[in-house]
Amino acid sequence: MNQTLIRGATLPDGTRADLGIRDGRFVDPQDVGASATVVDADGLLALPGLVDMHTHLREPGREDAETVLSGSQAAAAGGYTAVHAMANTSPVADTAGVVEQVHRLGRTAGYTQVRPVGAVTVGLAGVSLAELGAMADSEARVRMFSDDGHCVWDPLVMRRALEYVKAFDGIIAQHAQDPRLTEGAQMNEGAVSAELGLPGWPSVAEESIIARDVLLAEHVGSRLHVCHVSTAGSVDLIRWAKARGIRVTAEVTPHHLILTDEEVRSFDPVYKVNPPLRTREDVLALREGLADGTIDVVGTDHAPHPAEHKCVEWTAAAMGMVGLESALAVVAHAMRDTDFSHADLARVLSAAPARITGLSQHGTLEAGTGANLVLVDPAAPHVLDPDVHRTMGRNNPFRGTQLGMRVRDTFFYGTRVVADGALGAPLDFAEAGPWND
Amino acid sequence: MRHLLSTAQLSRAEAIDLLDVAEQMSHVSTREVKKLPVLRGLTVVNLFFEDSTRTRLSFEAAAKRLSADVITFTAKGSSVSKGESLQDTAQTLSAMGADGIVIRHSGSGAPHRLAHAGWIDAPVVNAGDGTHEHPTQALLDAFTLRRVRAGLPASGPHDGAVGRGLDGMVVGIVGDILHSRVARSNVHLLTTLGAHVVLVAPPTLLPVGVDSWPCDVVYDLDEAIASQGFDALMMLRVQQERMDEAFFPTAREYARRWGLTDARARALPADCAILHPGPMNRGFEIGAEAADSPRTVVLDQVANGVSVRMAVLYRLLTGQSTADRGREGQL
Repeated sequence: MNQTLIRGATLPDGTRADLGIRDGRFVDPQDVGASATVVDADGLLALPGLVDMHTHLREPGREDAETVLSGSQAAAAGGYTAVHAMANTSPVADTAGVVEQVHRLGRTAGYTQVRPVGAVTVGLAGVSLAELGAMADSEARVRMFSDDGHCVWDPLVMRRALEYVKAFDGIIAQHAQDPRLTEGAQMNEGAVSAELGLPGWPSVAEESIIARDVLLAEHVGSRLHVCHVSTAGSVDLIRWAKARGIRVTAEVTPHHLILTDEEVRSFDPVYKVNPPLRTREDVLALREGLADGTIDVVGTDHAPHPAEHKCVEWTAAAMGMVGLESALAVVAHAMRDTDFSHADLARVLSAAPARITGLSQHGTLEAGTGANLVLVDPAAPHVLDPDVHRTMGRNNPFRGTQLGMRVRDTFFYGTRVVADGALGAPLDFAEAGPWND
Repeated sequence: MRHLLSTAQLSRAEAIDLLDVAEQMSHVSTREVKKLPVLRGLTVVNLFFEDSTRTRLSFEAAAKRLSADVITFTAKGSSVSKGESLQDTAQTLSAMGADGIVIRHSGSGAPHRLAHAGWIDAPVVNAGDGTHEHPTQALLDAFTLRRVRAGLPASGPHDGAVGRGLDGMVVGIVGDILHSRVARSNVHLLTTLGAHVVLVAPPTLLPVGVDSWPCDVVYDLDEAIASQGFDALMMLRVQQERMDEAFFPTAREYARRWGLTDARARALPADCAILHPGPMNRGFEIGAEAADSPRTVVLDQVANGVSVRMAVLYRLLTGQSTADRGREGQL
């Protein structure tokens, strides 16, 4: 019997408590036997294991950028007990075969729950629906579908996708980007792009798609999730849609909560990302939206790239930043001047994404659920050094940033996959346990 | 000044210094032996990732007149298209002993990246990057305008404009501002030198965010000519592909509304100089009367380009700042 007693942890609501773990589930600490491993959590914050709705694990196809194993280890190190692997792999995850492959690779790795996201359309081409039902029925039990990296631009295809996934309570996660308005786009369109002479990615290209999609979701009564919201106008639109009762959820990345297009003046491609870094005004609106619940979740959009895709000129560089191992600390840092509490952190990084994606064993510290937990040192000043991270991607824009929070232990269904900041042994999925429920 | 990447980086004193050195360089071009020994033994690499015969030849002439050895490397498209990163290209050149790098690139910011990524030590001159900047073009325009302002010959050896700025001058820049590195560099430099810049363009060819630039923006060229009292008008080249991208309805409509037609050329103040960075699309952005007018200083701009580039290479490769003019007697 695998038992752990976590002693004296600070819970998200600020109270102190012991947490008991037995056979992969949280149990009443009184019920943990004397043989249990005891973890002293004095001064540590216990959060439900983090859940990322937006991860690029690159496998299959670009194992030079990341593998399911390296990405899973990065996730564990960052406190994530579940990640959603986006479909833009090669081949694209648009069939039951590919999503099952990713699912199996995740179980073999054993460091986090890897949930494949299915493509909405065949080959992410935006033309015909992929076999969404086959992916939903597969071993991977896909519930979230996204053409992320590409917008489902054709309004009729988007409507059909929203309607179709209602059959299995699926959700469409939209990468909101009007392709015509962003042809050749390199950065946010505004005063900085005007000066730098880089083709602009206007806010309206995101907002016009969100406006259309929330109306479509209302019309057909479906669930819509908006990936990586980046503009103040988008926050307003989502706030309006929620007030109207539309079933929309929204996500923001850690980097959009801090960085602005002023960084592009360096022409350093580590700041090249899609959607692009916006203005200070947008950053403040995103923080406000996250605090008031308009934006439900933080999704990392973890996008590892090999160095050769970034050690080039801006216009030739790949878009994307890694984030799994810095997200928690960066979000805490971004929100430090607001009254954003530890409970809020648990909400946006764990409970809300678990609820949206239907992960009942994650997002909570309740007895009886999966013992997915992260212990965080909330007062651990350090300078971020991506070179020691487990992800293969070194494209972390927060290199050198002074951060205050650090993940110490990650428990994945009770298995201590990260112990004192170091990787431990993975969970063995072959054994019986709540991970197979 | 370690690199020349943007005119936004230039102070008024630095800009005037470069123009004054260029004035001294203009004397060299009329000598029997058009050469100075100041960069003897140094190697200038011209790194041209984008076709530009004119600019490349101008930089080559400038480097050679200063007795530098010149290596020219041309490869169309980005560094990636030939399977080599900008980093590798830069370090290869560095290993060959480049003392200065002149880079032309279709991607905005490539010279900045080359200069600041820590790959190389050599000074970098931006010879035009994407739609960002073309600082030596702006310097040669400023050089030409300074001569015009002083009532001097627009090119050739002369010292009459030395030390001056462009204070009080009104300069119109007409055409595709959105895609123009020449316009961006000129707005910064001419303004720094005291001129008032007025951009004239269809709204589709102005960048969103142009309102933060230190200049005026108008859409109507006739109104601008009637009301601004231009001392100089710079016509920008409009690329063929803009027509296919529907920035304006037709070439004819563009020419009617924003071209320097014969009628508009006649409506300009009598002493208004006409500039064009070349090559001109005759009958499109500029009519025959304007193109061939004695007020048109297009060839002077070309001649001055060599002098200005000599000044830039001299300043960067000999490491001399405005405050350190020790070797100027040798010019």
